[in-house]
Amino acid sequence: MPLPSPENWIKQKVAAVQDYSILTGSALSDIFSGPHYWADVFTQMDSIGVGSMPIVVLTGFFTGCVLSLQSATALKEFGAISKTGGLVALSMVRELGPVLTGLMISGRNASGMASELGSMKVTEQIDAMRALGTDPVRKLVVPRVIASVIMLFFLTIISDAVGIAGGALVSVNLMGLNPQTYLADSYRSLVYGDIVQGLTKPLFSGFIISTVGCYFGMKTTGGTQGVGRATTQAVVVSSVFIIIVDFLVSRVMLSIFGN
Amino acid sequence: MSEALSSPGAPQDAPLAAIPDATHEPPGGDGPVVEFKDVSITFEVKPILKNISFSVDRAETLVILGPAGCGKSVLLKLADGLIRPDSGSIKIFGQEITTMPERDQFKLRAYIGIVFQESALFDSLNVEDNVAFRLHEEQVPEEEAHKRVLEALKFVDLEGTSDKLPSELSGGMRRRVSIARAIISNPDLILYDSPTGGLDPITSTTIMELIMKQRDVSHTTSLMVTHRLQDAFILATHRYDSATGCMKAIPKDANGHNVDQSTRFLMLNEGGIVFHGNTEELIHSEDPWIKEYLS
Repeated sequence: MPLPSPENWIKQKVAAVQDYSILTGSALSDIFSGPHYWADVFTQMDSIGVGSMPIVVLTGFFTGCVLSLQSATALKEFGAISKTGGLVALSMVRELGPVLTGLMISGRNASGMASELGSMKVTEQIDAMRALGTDPVRKLVVPRVIASVIMLFFLTIISDAVGIAGGALVSVNLMGLNPQTYLADSYRSLVYGDIVQGLTKPLFSGFIISTVGCYFGMKTTGGTQGVGRATTQAVVVSSVFIIIVDFLVSRVMLSIFGN
Repeated sequence: MSEALSSPGAPQDAPLAAIPDATHEPPGGDGPVVEFKDVSITFEVKPILKNISFSVDRAETLVILGPAGCGKSVLLKLADGLIRPDSGSIKIFGQEITTMPERDQFKLRAYIGIVFQESALFDSLNVEDNVAFRLHEEQVPEEEAHKRVLEALKFVDLEGTSDKLPSELSGGMRRRVSIARAIISNPDLILYDSPTGGLDPITSTTIMELIMKQRDVSHTTSLMVTHRLQDAFILATHRYDSATGCMKAIPKDANGHNVDQSTRFLMLNEGGIVFHGNTEELIHSEDPWIKEYLS
């Protein structure tokens, strides 16, 4: 197989960034200007939000459990086991809740969006929609973006809550910690800046998941094989973007709110 | 059921818009409905169409013939503004579409119907919602939309299939639903992309009868891409008989012609036009490539 020319490879990547920017620009402009397909927005909210609840709850809960188990064991050596609640709460709210929820939703929904829209693309349904006078960005992309941003925000809150609860369960039942001590330390350690930081991240993650999923879906070529490729690329790219943006948002938030 | 297209409904805060119907004024005045001038398009490094120029007048049917891969479907998509050419001018109803923003093209497409090669029905919507898609988008009242869907389905002889999903239909039925969806708004221009491709001869005849019916009853301007010569010549030599509901061979007129004068041919090969004219000119062409293609 011949090696791809570096010039063509760079051109393709630049064109992809350009196309993604145009799609996100159109979607943002359509969000702030009517008309809106509210029925599609609510359907997507149900699919993305309610449909993702089981994986978010399970992931959050067991992350809290393992975090509590690991940190309590380490803190015990320094006689600071009472600080377990604070450590779990801070880790969950600031970092693990938003990132893990983003990654789980990316795996479930970015792939779903890429495959749904990709199938529509390869069977000319998106062209048919355009031919019938309907803007596919407004009809297909915007409802997914609105639904992802809103639902990821609430799913992250749920993930944080069940994570802290999972941590409490392990700390109390396995490590012998007093429940009041755990909860009081959790509550005391969280400040306004932590909550803002933890709830800003899902807004970005929701936007990334939906726009990347829809971008790869709407750019699908090459039949069913192309749909599979688009699905994989959507998950990989959105997951990497989520982690990069998580770092950037953390940096900005820490500079605003301090430690 | 796929949630890709979760609701057939209109945007909820959209202003009420008028969908074209039988009484609407066709745009573009008396000029050609479709006009291509020096249109070229290249995909990656392969030129698909090179300096294509032709025009289609009102109530004319242009049959686009040519071997597979010669750019027939690309030409049809260019005419609907779904892809843009690298150079040249395309006017639809007298309006230049190559530089027109897509949002303005959506309005123009209210006057254009298209039947895709593989039907392109929305697989998560039932037949009624597929056919009424444009009416729902334009917020036509549900009662009127339902009435017009029934009329369109009756036209294509598919009454009683409203609740079925596209996956429950045969290939020929899907193609007929696609025709119903294209004609629901009584468009002034219909684009057919290989409407009989992959269908058995009996179903193909049914589809050709529907296209003929649309041509002879509504006098709609149309472009039909096909690589099946028999379909092209049936369209040129037959007309729809409203009394019997079937097609009939056109009898010879006073000038000895027994072909439909509103049906013309455009032949493409290797990205260029090799023939543009009427049926008799095509049959009597001395061009060796055309002779070989027709034989």
